[in-house]
Amino acid sequence: MKSRAGSVLRLASPLRAWSQRFTFFLLVAASLALMMLGRTDSLVVERARTTVVDAASPILDLLSQPIAGTVMVLENVRDLANLREENARLREERARLLQWQLVARSLEAENRSLRELLNLVPEPRARFITARVIGDAGGPFVRTALIAAGKHDGVRKGQAVMTGDGLAGRVFEVGQRSARLLLLTDINSRIPVVIERTRDRAILAGDNTDLPHLLYLPLDTQAAPGDRVVTSGHGGLFPPGLPVGIVSAVSEDGVTVQPLVEWSNVEYVRLVDYEMPEILSSLRSGDAEADESP
Amino acid sequence: MKSSLWQRLDLLARSLWPFTLTLLLLIVSVVPLRIPYFAPISPGFPLISVYYWAIHRPTILPAPAVFLLGVLHDLLGGAPLGVGVLVLLIVYGVCTSLRRVFLGAPFTAVWFGFAVTAAGAAVVTWVITSLLFTEVLDPSALIFSYLLTVGLYPAVGHLFARAQRSLPQQL
Repeated sequence: MKSRAGSVLRLASPLRAWSQRFTFFLLVAASLALMMLGRTDSLVVERARTTVVDAASPILDLLSQPIAGTVMVLENVRDLANLREENARLREERARLLQWQLVARSLEAENRSLRELLNLVPEPRARFITARVIGDAGGPFVRTALIAAGKHDGVRKGQAVMTGDGLAGRVFEVGQRSARLLLLTDINSRIPVVIERTRDRAILAGDNTDLPHLLYLPLDTQAAPGDRVVTSGHGGLFPPGLPVGIVSAVSEDGVTVQPLVEWSNVEYVRLVDYEMPEILSSLRSGDAEADESP
Repeated sequence: MKSSLWQRLDLLARSLWPFTLTLLLLIVSVVPLRIPYFAPISPGFPLISVYYWAIHRPTILPAPAVFLLGVLHDLLGGAPLGVGVLVLLIVYGVCTSLRRVFLGAPFTAVWFGFAVTAAGAAVVTWVITSLLFTEVLDPSALIFSYLLTVGLYPAVGHLFARAQRSLPQQL
């Protein structure tokens, strides 16, 4: 009996080692398959991503709040220190803005009357959704962020993401109660923009650095450092005229842009739901069909 | 000796502890810390975990668990799917076959081994991701992430060592 147990053991241990090795190579093959699946941007992968983020979002929401609180306390202390200076600066700014308000009012009135005169098609109205940032991207090769708002709150793929300063990126994966944003510095980000002064159209392309660059600029562009870059509205997903950044350098290699948004300070974002009736309704019906088919 | 249901449940909970701990660290590493330029260089906790357990107790973190950690890491972080999984599996395979070298070695040697392993993992990650994007990617964020991960190894390793001490020997 004893010797039989021993022989079974002698037989079992290489068998176990062999099965472990087999499992290991099977898993390696599975990871290669996952890579291929990820390359095709399939719906399965996207759904898996949103499910995982949805599951993690309550924990992330909970964890991100004390950090935001601590940062707020620190900022309060710093603000108290230079309250007087800040006050003086704000008074000055207010005086200047009041003048601008007058200008804006008269321009608005003029604009309205001219539009009426021309019978211009009214711009679609934009709706806003405000959401808290609950996660930064993991890893050195992506620039994304997670927010605590999803399908339930009206978040849709492609919506523009704004902060108080300007455009931060767009929504690119939507779960039930969370969504992932693609920041405009990410290597996959492409946003149609126009240089405000010269009206040159271009595509703002991220490259994982802090300074995205402009693609497809006209060769004879007059762009110079300091020019403002705003969204052009081409493609119909973003409203035109959202501030994006400032041209930081013009060289042989191309034009780089300094985004207005400083991402590390952002706690809340505003999503712009730009109701473009014809385009979106056709897209949505396409979505509905795709949702029903599997 | 027959163990009761509670004892078995307790054993199961303890044996799942390394995996759970790594998962928690993974989630924590995604929380926005509001530190400028921190997000891209956040440390690779799964790498530390896989290295530690592959050397000290590979039975407690078997290859399927490593695979699952990698998938969750890639899905949560928004990284290209599969790259993190493959790198973690390679690290696991290499470390389990070399674990006799490190067992009983002083801590600094194990740490040095981690620095070398993590460097290899970073290079493989960079090459595969560049191939996937068909573009030579800027490795600077990866280099800082690597330094941070290596720097955090003693602290996280200490955490895992405490978890390991609570494990019964037979596992």
